[in-house]
Amino acid sequence: MKVLVPVKRVVDFNVKVRVKSDGTGVDIANVKMSMNPFDEIALEEATRLKEAGKVTEVVAVSAGVTQCQETLRTGMAIGADRGILIETGVELEPLAVAKLLKAVADKEQPQLIILGKQAIDDDSNQVGQMLAALLNWPQATFASKVELGDGKVTVTREVDGGLETLALQLPAIVTTDLRLNEPRYVTLPNIMKAKKKPLETVKPEDLGVDVTPRLKTLKVAEPAKRSAGIKVPDVATLVSKLRTEAKVI
Amino acid sequence: MVALVIAEHDNASLKGSTLHTVTAAAKCAGEVHVLVAGSNAGAAAAAAAKIAGVTKVLHADAAHFADGLAENVSEQILSLAGPNGVGYSHILAPATAYGKNILPRVAAKLDVAQISEITKVDAPDTFERPIYAGNAIAYVQSSDKVKVITVRTTGFDAAADGGSAAVETVAAAGDFGKSAFVGREVAKSDRPELTAAKIIVSGGRGMGSADAFKILEPLADKLNAAMGASRAAVDAGFVPNDWQVGQTGKIVAPSLYIAVGISGAIQHLAGMKDSKVIVAVNKDPEAPIFSVADYGIVGDLFEVVPQLVKELG
Repeated sequence: MKVLVPVKRVVDFNVKVRVKSDGTGVDIANVKMSMNPFDEIALEEATRLKEAGKVTEVVAVSAGVTQCQETLRTGMAIGADRGILIETGVELEPLAVAKLLKAVADKEQPQLIILGKQAIDDDSNQVGQMLAALLNWPQATFASKVELGDGKVTVTREVDGGLETLALQLPAIVTTDLRLNEPRYVTLPNIMKAKKKPLETVKPEDLGVDVTPRLKTLKVAEPAKRSAGIKVPDVATLVSKLRTEAKVI
Repeated sequence: MVALVIAEHDNASLKGSTLHTVTAAAKCAGEVHVLVAGSNAGAAAAAAAKIAGVTKVLHADAAHFADGLAENVSEQILSLAGPNGVGYSHILAPATAYGKNILPRVAAKLDVAQISEITKVDAPDTFERPIYAGNAIAYVQSSDKVKVITVRTTGFDAAADGGSAAVETVAAAGDFGKSAFVGREVAKSDRPELTAAKIIVSGGRGMGSADAFKILEPLADKLNAAMGASRAAVDAGFVPNDWQVGQTGKIVAPSLYIAVGISGAIQHLAGMKDSKVIVAVNKDPEAPIFSVADYGIVGDLFEVVPQLVKELG
């Protein structure tokens, strides 16, 4: 059984991004780029399924600029068997990514696609659900536990107020939440091995997908700043301020 | 223009998130309809009819809507939106686990972009939404025939009572059939729900252990507060996952947020910085949490918290 894992190259989660002064976007020149953390969790899960003998092949897919090759190499160092890069300079919106992934899924015929629940750059949380709809597959988003059975997958999901469990017929879509697993550290021997794994490059045109953006970003601005308040010397002062100044208790 | 709001409910009652979404919808279009897709959800539909500003409630009832499966609810929305998505100018759902799960399926089938987690409606086609964990705000304009939107509930006030909309029963879309609900583990708590609470007491890595969180309980009791946590505290296993406040957890905006032993990582601030008043208790005077706190106390939380409980009387 084949599992497809889409991965996105994003600004590293430790980088505090700055809004460009002309308001056209955020400044990502010369900042550290990494694999989206939720996608790392997705790859780890797929790799564990392979190590457990339930999956035969893990294919990592990325869409974007040439440098996404590095993200795919990281994915192959974690455990993917091969990589596919859909190369384009166009800034891809979630719908376009879902269409590209559908085209890849039509060709590769995986039984399971595991994605991160959201990318930490645009925070959209859309691609997995959109891909499920385009493929007409069932979905289980925000997974904290995945059990792959015969022809079905049972997924525990993190929802507001607790957990919920769904059973899906395969083929199916799963999106990962933070605590599904803890991704392994990538070792040097695995990085070396990953360099020799096959990496195929295709273009959106080859897949017959129109990736023209649908939304226009008019500007990107700094959020309203919250000004720092005061430090109070003791608890009595705090309670009195909360009562008489802030009037919140 | 008519907007359709997807109600989040448990069949018996509406979730508060629906009320905030109605407010956002009213800023997009002149008329607001609400879809209640559920099983024996007459009570939820009746509650939706009482929301001020709602002109019609569409009630679709079938056993396969009982658990809010994304596949089934999205098919119901599509049946109302029409084959070309021209039935409504806007389709909105709360940006909660419920709405985020369902709405992208609708957008994809209608072949339109989704605009996630809007915090403001600037014009019927222009919206503000936070990106990069709230470190930037994007102003986006959509030229799609129907705008599919999830609404960050803290960005909009709850719609008031006082409506008297008609409830219309609509034909239920079929069962998708490839997914099934197995079960649910809901954390039982007498405390208010995190996203709806007026006061939140939150603990971080500085608490040090699961046991230590117990010292926050008397404080939360005294203030009738919900309890939350930073990702660090959740990852350390001190408290359950659904307590997490932050970029990848819950977004909250209570009138009072008390952060105890929370350093204030960007990801956490993204989830609570819209609170009206923030209080921080931390032993490190340089902790970033103090840069957003209205009132800070530098000190040992194990001394400060009991004193605070005593002082509140």
